[in-house]
Formats: sequence, structure tokens, C-alpha cells
Amino acid sequence: MKINLNGKRVESKSKTLMDLVLEQGFDLTSLIIEINFEVIKQETWQDISIKEGDNVELLSFVGGG
Amino acid sequence: MTDIKNDRLILGDVEFTSRLFTGTGKFASKKFIAPMLEASGSQMITIALRRVDPTADKENILNYIPDSITLLPNTSGARTAREAVRIARIARQAGCGKFIKIEVITDMQYLLPDNHETLKATGILAKEGFVVLPYIMPDITVTKQLYDAGAAAVMPLGSPIGTSRGLEMKPVIKMIIETSKIPVVVDAGIGRPSQAAETMEMGADAVLVNTAIATSQNPALTGRAFALAVEAGRIAYLSNMTGKKLYAHASSPLTGFLRE
Repeated sequence: MKINLNGKRVESKSKTLMDLVLEQGFDLTSLIIEINFEVIKQETWQDISIKEGDNVELLSFVGGG
Repeated sequence: MTDIKNDRLILGDVEFTSRLFTGTGKFASKKFIAPMLEASGSQMITIALRRVDPTADKENILNYIPDSITLLPNTSGARTAREAVRIARIARQAGCGKFIKIEVITDMQYLLPDNHETLKATGILAKEGFVVLPYIMPDITVTKQLYDAGAAAVMPLGSPIGTSRGLEMKPVIKMIIETSKIPVVVDAGIGRPSQAAETMEMGADAVLVNTAIATSQNPALTGRAFALAVEAGRIAYLSNMTGKKLYAHASSPLTGFLRE
């Protein structure tokens, strides 16, 4: 299945959002995830299914002025 | 007499005794942030939101900011009101509180803000209950429009971001301070404590300093210097100092015993 991950079209075998995060090897503690413009709470990541064409944004807070 | 001890800046429902706001950008190490906050007494600090870079430092910046500090997420990277609104909503949903610094920039050479898009974003976010601090190109009409749109304060730039050129926009900022119904926080370009003091002496309600502190060899010490300058400038403003005069006015009696 193809999804849009941080603006890039990528192939993913992940069924849930948690699978996707682990598949991509991201650090869980600082991650903020938005799917199709909706922020997804971390406690629900295992329950959220990833679907073909989803726009997934993996974000985090960084230094800025 | 002006009560200096009880001098407070209130934004939203938060009272600030420090009028120095700081930023988390450009620090050589995040470990310098907490000592800087401690030394400067700054009670509000900016953060930014970015796409995760798998190759970058994975440590969460929020772990380096004490809980007592008010977070001011910015919308840097936004080029339109719509993008700024999206970033603000994400920041709030991610648990960063309701303060937001709106920063909409399309001019990549001078990094000057787009007042028109900033005004649009302010109206939307203020209605959603955000405490909105818009970063603007100094303009008294836009300041009034931002007040009408529900901004909690206005943040005119002193000079372009990161330039340390100080108050290049001084005459307009003076007009904004005189006419604004909301607090004026001068943001960007304040590169030296003397510039911060000058800004506060003019009657600004606060200054936001990031680059000058973060890129210093000793951010905690520089933060302390800025804090003292901000306080001195504030007290000078409250003391209603007299203005400049064209001709000299003697401080000592000019008549004495040497001649009539």
C-alpha cells in the first residue's frame, strides 16, 4: 500500500499507526502524528489503521525563536 | 509612586514578572537552555514544530524546559494563514498550551513577516481560544486590526531575525507603543542588552531575544545580562525620565564665590 509520509509517497506494509512508527524506526517519546490533518493521540496509535493514500505527518518540537 | 515590585505583564490568564521572553533556537546544546532560563529569570520561551528527521538529534526539546516555563510555540515554516492555523492547532493538541506566536513568512531573504496572512490567522485562532502573539512588520494600522481580531499582544520586529541590528524600526515601534491597546513585545533583531534596555525605556512591554543569547559563548551569562537590561529599561520607563534638551542645563550651581 502507498501512503504519503511527511510529503513523500512511500510503500508501507504497516497495518496500524504504531506498526508504521516502528517500521520507520522513529523515537516514540517526542513524536506528534497527524493523519489527514487530524492529530492522533499516542494512546490510540495501536488502534488506528493505515489506509491507502493516507497523509501521515510525523512531527516533533524543535528549537525555534 | 510607581509600584515596581508589583509590576506584572498579563497575557491571557498568565502573569509574568519577567519581561524577557526567550527562544530555544540555535543553542549549541539543549543543555544550555535550562541554566539560561534560571539565570535570566525568563518565564516564556518559544519552540517550533518540524517534520521528524530520522537522521537528526532525537532528544525531545520539551525535556529541557522546566514545567514552570510558559511555552510559546511558533508557526515558523508557515507561508499562509491556513498553514499557521494548522501548526497552532497541532501544537495545542500536542499539549503545549494555548499560547501561539504567529509567524508567517514568505520573504526568504529578509525573513520579514506577511502582516496580511498574520492578521487572518490571528482572527481564526483568537476565536478558538488561543492566546495569540502575532509577529509583525511594525505598522500601527495592523496593530489596531490585530487588537480588533483578538490578539493578546503584538510583536513588531526591531530588525530582521538574527541580525542583531537592534531597533532599526524605532520610530514606528514608538508609534505602536503610544497607540496600541495591547501589550507590545519587540521581537527579532535585539542583539545586545543595551538595545533591549533602549526598547524597554521606550515603553515596550517586553522583548523576545533568541539568537543573541543562544549563540553566545555563555548563554546563561548573556541571558542574565539581558534580564538586567530589560529590568533597568523597564524601571527607567516607569520612572518617567525627562527627555533630551537642545541646550545644556547645569547640574551644579554656576554662580559661586569666584565672580558675581
